[in-house]
Amino acid sequence: MKLHEYQSKYIFSKYGIPIPKGRVAATAEAAKQIAQELGGRVVIKAQVLVGGRGKAGGVKVAKDPAEAEQLATQILSLEIKGLPVRKVLVDEAAAIQTEIYFAITNDRAARRPVMIASAAGGVDIEEVAHTNPEKIIKVHIDPLLGLRDYQTRDIAAGIDLPRELWREFNSIAQALWKVYNENDATLAEINPLIINTSGKLVALDGKMMIDDNALFRHIDLAEIRDIDEEAPAEIEARKYGLSYIKLDGTIGCMVNGAGLAMTTMDIVKLFGGEPANFLDVGGGAGAEKVAAAMKIILTDSNVKAVLFNIFGGITRCDEVARGILAAIDEVKPQVPMIVRLVGTNAEEGRRLLADANMITAETLVDAAQKAVQAANKK
Amino acid sequence: MSILIDSKTRVIVQGITGNEGLFHTTQMHAYGTNIVGGVTPGKGGEWVLNDKVPVFDSVKLAAEATGANCSVIFVPAKFAPDAMFEAADAGIPLIVCITEGVAVQDMMRVRNYLDQKRVRLIGPNCPGMLTPGQSKVGIIPGNIAIPGNVGVVSRSGTLTYEVLYAMMNLGLGASTCVGIGGDPVNGTNFIDVLEMFQHDVQTEKVVLIGEIGGTDEEKAAEYIAKEMTKPVVAFIAGQTAPPGKRMGHAGAIIEGGAGTAADKVRALEAARVKVARHPEEIAQLLK
Repeated sequence: MKLHEYQSKYIFSKYGIPIPKGRVAATAEAAKQIAQELGGRVVIKAQVLVGGRGKAGGVKVAKDPAEAEQLATQILSLEIKGLPVRKVLVDEAAAIQTEIYFAITNDRAARRPVMIASAAGGVDIEEVAHTNPEKIIKVHIDPLLGLRDYQTRDIAAGIDLPRELWREFNSIAQALWKVYNENDATLAEINPLIINTSGKLVALDGKMMIDDNALFRHIDLAEIRDIDEEAPAEIEARKYGLSYIKLDGTIGCMVNGAGLAMTTMDIVKLFGGEPANFLDVGGGAGAEKVAAAMKIILTDSNVKAVLFNIFGGITRCDEVARGILAAIDEVKPQVPMIVRLVGTNAEEGRRLLADANMITAETLVDAAQKAVQAANKK
Repeated sequence: MSILIDSKTRVIVQGITGNEGLFHTTQMHAYGTNIVGGVTPGKGGEWVLNDKVPVFDSVKLAAEATGANCSVIFVPAKFAPDAMFEAADAGIPLIVCITEGVAVQDMMRVRNYLDQKRVRLIGPNCPGMLTPGQSKVGIIPGNIAIPGNVGVVSRSGTLTYEVLYAMMNLGLGASTCVGIGGDPVNGTNFIDVLEMFQHDVQTEKVVLIGEIGGTDEEKAAEYIAKEMTKPVVAFIAGQTAPPGKRMGHAGAIIEGGAGTAADKVRALEAARVKVARHPEEIAQLLK
């Protein structure tokens, strides 16, 4: 789950990381009001959960409240990478001396968190990592020991931070570690962390991602999930414990297991079709879940055929078949359905579906070919 | 011979009285797995499976009473890290965690702790292991594989069943099938299992089933090129997955352009691994 900049920076500040004064606004009038309260120049920043908002015109500096209102109007009418801007953050403008990149994330290969810093902050850090890897300092953190002070000194020295700022940097680094650790973040990023013209460190921007698997112990964070930023079908899917991602093709896919679901998409493509979605109904999928899955697939009007590929292990094929029948009864789909059931209680499942006017397939190849054929015929 | 588990492996089940735990204990027992006990805190002294399998309050008690050398975990994700720590502290050398959805920071703590104890962990978020005809530890259906000489290692669940089933239909059996799980931080990676297959006398060929995300397949390719004399056939799921999307498995995230299906296929082919275009073709390539 991604957090907005204003949410991330609010969490940072709770842990003692200095951030600029500012507030979030949903209207241009509110933005003007905040600019008035702050006084002086302000930055208006679009709050959307995608990168590249600066390049899209979503970040602008205003010299007074009137201009803040005007720029906020502009930004609030933008759509960035398909996402409408619904909120802006109005921050006091900073006087920047130096920009630093600073983050903690998971290094899956090392099986440890890694703290990353670079003196080349503010610009595209991935580009720097690619062209000048020596400019990126990485320090792995032992998850059982936590971040040690000597490690933050190594980082400070590595990015040539002036010695008089090391102590301040250490407290920000320790705070960022706590932010990451105590909130089950998979990413806590400050880009840029600046040294302002008064010689102080300030987090100008903030980005956090939270591990969905850990939300059970962060009820407060789960509640601030911005569902406006998600496709309605994906929200609906999550309610039923389904994993659904909409794609651009014409063949709807319903599969149990993520690996097999991806494989089913791949094989559809291999035989000349285009998958309309990724959908994993999960293990032990009961009738109700299957019905919900079918409804979600059919909300996509691009879908010209639906392919069911179920390999029964824990999942029982007769249960799935009952779910399919219940959903057909309710949704009355107008597109051809191709079903492949293998494994636990497959015969019973096939028998149940025999009367439902469905195309059946024995092998995965056979199923994919029939689905492509059916989708093209329509 | 086989790797990791055989008919002598003494297995306990953590979470044995739960729905999933009890269902799969029944299945494992019916398959012939040597289930010696189970653990559910607060239910010590009870028996399950028609009084054939004793339940204990802790792994330590179960291990002392039964001499278990393997534990399979079926507890919910929020309790799974504790279950893994408990098994490791009780001296169980082989832990198999089936549970899906364990928080990644928990897994980093578990893995770093288990490494210090030299404990082998399979999973989490995995189907477990199957040595056909001898033992199954986990949830792989027993009737989709026959004993044979092909070692199978996979990051996936049902996709693995698909491959075992296709192999069986062509008369090809497995020495052992190991599902290492799809999470970003897990206990055992491809190289660990490839090394075991390379040294196992029964295993003549190896199937590797990977998916997008991470660089484990690329590292496995390096290992295969350098160390393996046995032929390897591979399949990579996720050719059509859109970049940056989470596909159900936490592991299936494309990171910084690395770890795409195309990268993995290229790395494996460079290591003279035959890469199948779909699961049924894996079985054909083994012939």
